[in-house]
Amino acid sequence: MSRNLLLGAILSSLVILAALVSYVWTPFDHTAMNIPEKLQRPGAVHWLGTDHFGRDIFSMIMVGARTSLAVALVAVGIGMAIGIPLGLTAAARKGSWLDELIMRGNDLVFAFPSLVIAILITAILGPGAINAIIAIGIFNIPVFARVTRGAALPLWQREFILAAQVAGKGAARISAEHILPNVANLLIVQGTIQFSLGILAEAGLSYVGLGAQPPTPSWGRMLADAQTMVSLAPHLAIIPGSAIVLTVLGLNLMGDGLRDWLDPKLREART
Amino acid sequence: MIRYSLKRLLSLCLSLAVASVVIFAIIEIAPGDPAEFMLGINAQPDTVAALRSELGLDQSKLQRYLTWVGGMLTGDFGTSYTYRTPVSEMIADRLWVSLPLALYALALSTLIAFPAGIYAAARRGKPGDMAVMGATQLGVAIPNFWFAMLLVLVFAINLRWFSAGGFAGWEDGFGAGLKSLTLPAIALALPQAAILARVMRSALLDILGEDFMRTARAKGLSRRQALWRHGLRNALIPVLTIIGLQFSFLLAGAIIIEQVFYLPGLGRLVFQAISSRDLIVVESVVMLLVFAVITVNFLVDLAYALVDPRLRSRT
Repeated sequence: MSRNLLLGAILSSLVILAALVSYVWTPFDHTAMNIPEKLQRPGAVHWLGTDHFGRDIFSMIMVGARTSLAVALVAVGIGMAIGIPLGLTAAARKGSWLDELIMRGNDLVFAFPSLVIAILITAILGPGAINAIIAIGIFNIPVFARVTRGAALPLWQREFILAAQVAGKGAARISAEHILPNVANLLIVQGTIQFSLGILAEAGLSYVGLGAQPPTPSWGRMLADAQTMVSLAPHLAIIPGSAIVLTVLGLNLMGDGLRDWLDPKLREART
Repeated sequence: MIRYSLKRLLSLCLSLAVASVVIFAIIEIAPGDPAEFMLGINAQPDTVAALRSELGLDQSKLQRYLTWVGGMLTGDFGTSYTYRTPVSEMIADRLWVSLPLALYALALSTLIAFPAGIYAAARRGKPGDMAVMGATQLGVAIPNFWFAMLLVLVFAINLRWFSAGGFAGWEDGFGAGLKSLTLPAIALALPQAAILARVMRSALLDILGEDFMRTARAKGLSRRQALWRHGLRNALIPVLTIIGLQFSFLLAGAIIIEQVFYLPGLGRLVFQAISSRDLIVVESVVMLLVFAVITVNFLVDLAYALVDPRLRSRT
């Protein structure tokens, strides 16, 4: 296992652990306001300080991790659930009108400025975590469709697929039983990358007020709240931002590491 | 080449047509009637009806779609519901902020990424390479709006070198305008530079393994000479593609950065228009951005085919 993979896995596990633990325990109630203790610097009682309402930042970061991970995870799920079957179909029917339709549709979604459309969708459907998930998820669909098709196409030329065809299996069954397991590694790596992009997108949407709504804490909105107070209490901006960076960094390192580790060609080159 | 160009042009027009239908449809399902929104909750039904017919909202959907698309083809983007000014003028005003910002950020990102990528490729596997790659990992993980806040904290609030937000305008001279775009451009450029440096490095490394590079070394060029004379030029093809894609991203992606710095650009225009249900403005700006992305991709494809004839037969 490479250093990247190890470091990435540790960082990601810490964030996931913080999110899970927040369901049963946080140092303080993340919604409890305590005005006399507002804007405290990190210290012994409040490990990461308090915000302008005297809420404990460490607790908010823990619960915020939940929001970030949930939004990004479901958005990746949407992308995979719709994108992978589309990619498999396009590869199985290569050159057909169906393939053409799916791939041109993909190109079209890629051409839309994702952030603007995400903002449009959340503005139309109303701000909130669910609509943020939909907005981010839609743009994951063409990514998975393209990766799946690209990886599946050369497989259709291989002998074991020909053998399956000769054995009388249909395209759908071959895709599910033989193609999918062989492209799974690549999809897992892509999933990790999209997951980290989802966390960045969720933070951006929350920052402009279109993500999870109060009192649900989210890292992006903590940053938005901090903006007017950044000169008084810089830690309000530095801490949630660092949480985002460490999470995204962890996932990216893990994605890179997984790719190297899962790719037999790269593994052989190393040994 | 001509056949290839025509084929790509046809697909460009088709993409734009479908995009316009999609945008129109998204806006159509938006809840809230613009006329009711503009007049407030106490408005009389006949006043609302009058305004609806004035705005053309009483026409059929198809009619409104055709009017909108037809208008855009002739440069008439309609009239803003809230400001009662031509949308094309509003967009032109905002472009004077967004376009220079995108170009500025693109220039910065290229200026950072080229040396960094070349340096890393030339020192593959050495500490210098690892330092650059580590920095790019960090660069892609930083949300640009957070980086923007940190820049404000350090350079505007603590050092007072720049203002924390707002746009000075171009009337007071080029320098003043450029200065107020500097922090936003840096914030936008950083993650792009990180991506571009990685592309530059991997493109160069691919080229370094090619036969013609070995030939160049064999005929007596040093590693560095071979890299500069033969490697760089060939590595530029994938790099230019990414730069093309980044430009449209920067134009559209500035939306959040414009919020951080209170810049009166296209992104802020969309934002304000969405919140005031000024749908005609939203439609037109989004369509313009999509047009920019699709057109830039088209031009990149053409440039690609011009440089590499093999691509023309492969469509």
